[in-house]
Amino acid sequence: MTSTTIVEPRDHLQAQMRWGWGEITFWVATLLPFILAPDYLLLASQVAIAALFVLSLDLILGFAGIVSLGHAAYFGTGAYTAGLISKWGWGEPLTGLFMAAVAAGLFGYVTSFIIARFRHLPLIMITLGIGLLLQESANSASWLTGGFDGLQGIHTWPILGKFRFDLYGYAAYGYALAALFVIFLGARRLIHSPFGLALRGIRDNSQRMRAIGATTHSHIRTIYTIAAMIAGAAGAILAQTTETVSLEVLGFQRSADVLVMLILGGTGRLYGGLLGAVVYMVARDQFSGLNPQYWYFWIGLLLIAVVVVLPNGLLGGLSLLTRHAKARS
Amino acid sequence: MPPVFGVLFDGLAYGMLLFLLSVGLSVTLGMMNFVNLAHCSFAMLGGYVTVTLMNRLGWPFFATLPAAFVAAAAASVVLERIFFRRFYSASDLEQCLLTIGIVFVSIAAAAYIYGTDQQPVQLPAFLRGSITFAGLNFAIYRLFLISIALIITVVLVSTLEMTRFGAQVRAAVNNQRMARGLGIDVDALFAVTFALGSGLAGLGGALAIDLVGLDPSFAFTYLIYVLIVVSVGGLGSIGGSLAAAMLLGVSDIAGKYYVPAIGSILIYLVMTVLIILRPAGIFGRR
Amino acid sequence: MSESALAARGIDKRFGSLVVAANVNLALPPGARHALIGPNGAGKTTLINLMTGMLRPDGGQILLGKEDVTALAPEERVRRGLARTYQINSLFPHLTALETVTLAVCERRRVAQTWWRRLITYREEIEEAHQILGALMLGAVCHRPARELAYGQQRLLEIALALASRPKVLLLDEPAAGVPREESKELFAAIAGLSRNIAVLFIEHDMTLVFRFASRVIVMVGGSILVEGTPAEIASDPQVRAVYLGKATRA
Repeated sequence: MTSTTIVEPRDHLQAQMRWGWGEITFWVATLLPFILAPDYLLLASQVAIAALFVLSLDLILGFAGIVSLGHAAYFGTGAYTAGLISKWGWGEPLTGLFMAAVAAGLFGYVTSFIIARFRHLPLIMITLGIGLLLQESANSASWLTGGFDGLQGIHTWPILGKFRFDLYGYAAYGYALAALFVIFLGARRLIHSPFGLALRGIRDNSQRMRAIGATTHSHIRTIYTIAAMIAGAAGAILAQTTETVSLEVLGFQRSADVLVMLILGGTGRLYGGLLGAVVYMVARDQFSGLNPQYWYFWIGLLLIAVVVVLPNGLLGGLSLLTRHAKARS
Repeated sequence: MPPVFGVLFDGLAYGMLLFLLSVGLSVTLGMMNFVNLAHCSFAMLGGYVTVTLMNRLGWPFFATLPAAFVAAAAASVVLERIFFRRFYSASDLEQCLLTIGIVFVSIAAAAYIYGTDQQPVQLPAFLRGSITFAGLNFAIYRLFLISIALIITVVLVSTLEMTRFGAQVRAAVNNQRMARGLGIDVDALFAVTFALGSGLAGLGGALAIDLVGLDPSFAFTYLIYVLIVVSVGGLGSIGGSLAAAMLLGVSDIAGKYYVPAIGSILIYLVMTVLIILRPAGIFGRR
Repeated sequence: MSESALAARGIDKRFGSLVVAANVNLALPPGARHALIGPNGAGKTTLINLMTGMLRPDGGQILLGKEDVTALAPEERVRRGLARTYQINSLFPHLTALETVTLAVCERRRVAQTWWRRLITYREEIEEAHQILGALMLGAVCHRPARELAYGQQRLLEIALALASRPKVLLLDEPAAGVPREESKELFAAIAGLSRNIAVLFIEHDMTLVFRFASRVIVMVGGSILVEGTPAEIASDPQVRAVYLGKATRA
């Protein structure tokens, strides 16, 4: 029996968009560290920053299919911009955050013209190349970036004049979490927009997109710029809350870490990236006593395991389990 | 003779090493489009095999070279059987992640077994030192390296051009579907080519110890250079790999000698620009 | 002479020493139902790729109506009313049928770049997509992802996707290929139901389809047009028979 009323097709799409109980629980749970684990608020703010960074990667990788080995370039641009603005005397965090995001977005926009034209190995190499170039340039330009020692003299003013950044981390976590939530809302809206649909089309079959008249290059440039801005925002928050910036914000290690977090949690679901960030950062903190060699041994095994066993990450595995459970009951 | 000839000579030696490390990846990427970022882990394995055989078991240097080749080839066969062949049609991302995972594990294993210091290796006496010609010193080891690489290049090219195996490899790189249609067992061919390419990488790793050193970060540091050679030279092209390796070798040495402040930047910039202008590589076909 | 909806003039294309198109001339009047047939490797799909812009010709012109589109990118030609389907399904595996067609409609209406408005507010686009799917008997499965559809349904989705661009010219590459007998009824109905405003060129091997729907048949061999005419003329043409039956008649 087919229905021809206009209500039916939209109902289905609407149902996908509604806020589920899992989502609401998740966001309420993010407030728990304030009450349950006040000693870990600095770690929590690091997790929130990582989650924001992973979110930006998910937008280009999980939704548009762009494999980037150099996404830290935009994170680092945001970090250094925010750091420099503060160092040069303007420590107001919100405006600094905005300016850093714009700077990273601009860099993303310029590089997006190149990125949009390539796929497969050339694309991977170009993203790697841009990341390495920026890192080396930052290293050389030590008059600006402080080189190996990093940026000194960053001092962040209290947010809205009231909330001071201190060792307890209340302001840091509140700030990072608020930014994460607001930007997440924007990303969620984007996913459920016609543009989000177009991105999924590009990810699934970019050649077919051209055959239906889609301006794929323009779409890719747009999402890449947006993702660069968000990555830059994450970097800026890091710079402002820790009051340090060093070369590693631009490094391959950071690009690789964010990739691992996203794959771990599952691409293309937004929440996958957030989950991956939480698991990875908490695990890393727990095992921080370990020799870094051992850490990368387990991460390597984890990557192999995820690719072989759980290609959709933890969240994919969870949804598979819930589907099985539902089918049996 | 002005120092530029010394720089060229060193660049040539370095380039030959990069060629040995890269040629296997170029051919296997061209044939199966399998993004094997763990390629330099095989090179690293070859290096550590040489170190172990020489320092702990007292083997002579020359005997370790074929051992390094065989060890790397054998390891690649095992990995190919267990993991890689299930991922030939997987996405770029999955292949990247799988092989990056292997790189991480190999680096950690090397650090655990051998520590993070540079590995010392004692070359046989006649390979040490240098000969003087026209006022410049030419390190004997580098001459040796260049000769070995040239011999291998000749062997590779003649195999490719004159043997039936080589013809099949060229066909499979050019058009895999059609090669299968002609009855060529592309999977078996790939397994053999993959083993050979990884073996060459292992040999390169062994030869690299005296030139650039060996420590656990080798698998990653030289991966970048190998990827540059392969991308710029073109997938599946031996000539392209050679040309790109020479270009990269000479540029890197020259850059570090003449403008040490921006040495690496030049390499990455040139690489990025070249890939943008010719994404299929200088000699590439796709 | 009234202008064609789509015309190829003197198209040449070669890959090295392999000639895939040699001085190909083809004219598709508005509302046409033309079939392009020929043995495998004759260059039929290549010709479609040349006309849609996925390949650049070495020589010659492609005209859409009055406009010379030879230098235009594929998506630009789609915007000017040229659509195609693929011989092997080229769909979006994870998108539902409804999402797939809605996407094409949104691209056509140039609203696919808006990221700040929710998709469900685009009522007209969704309704139009729903209607296209309904006309192709896909209404009941519109919420299933493309990869879960039966093969015949996927072929129909291919056509739905092309129709969503509101083409004036439609190039169908072997629409019936691989479709089992049980599912071909809907496909035939879909092709029969195509609007008379659209000029259709379809590549086919299935002669039932050709004789049923084509008013004109073009035979292509080895990159060139061998002969063209009505289906009856082509069926009795000795040259065509020789090409298709070849060695068998000599035995």
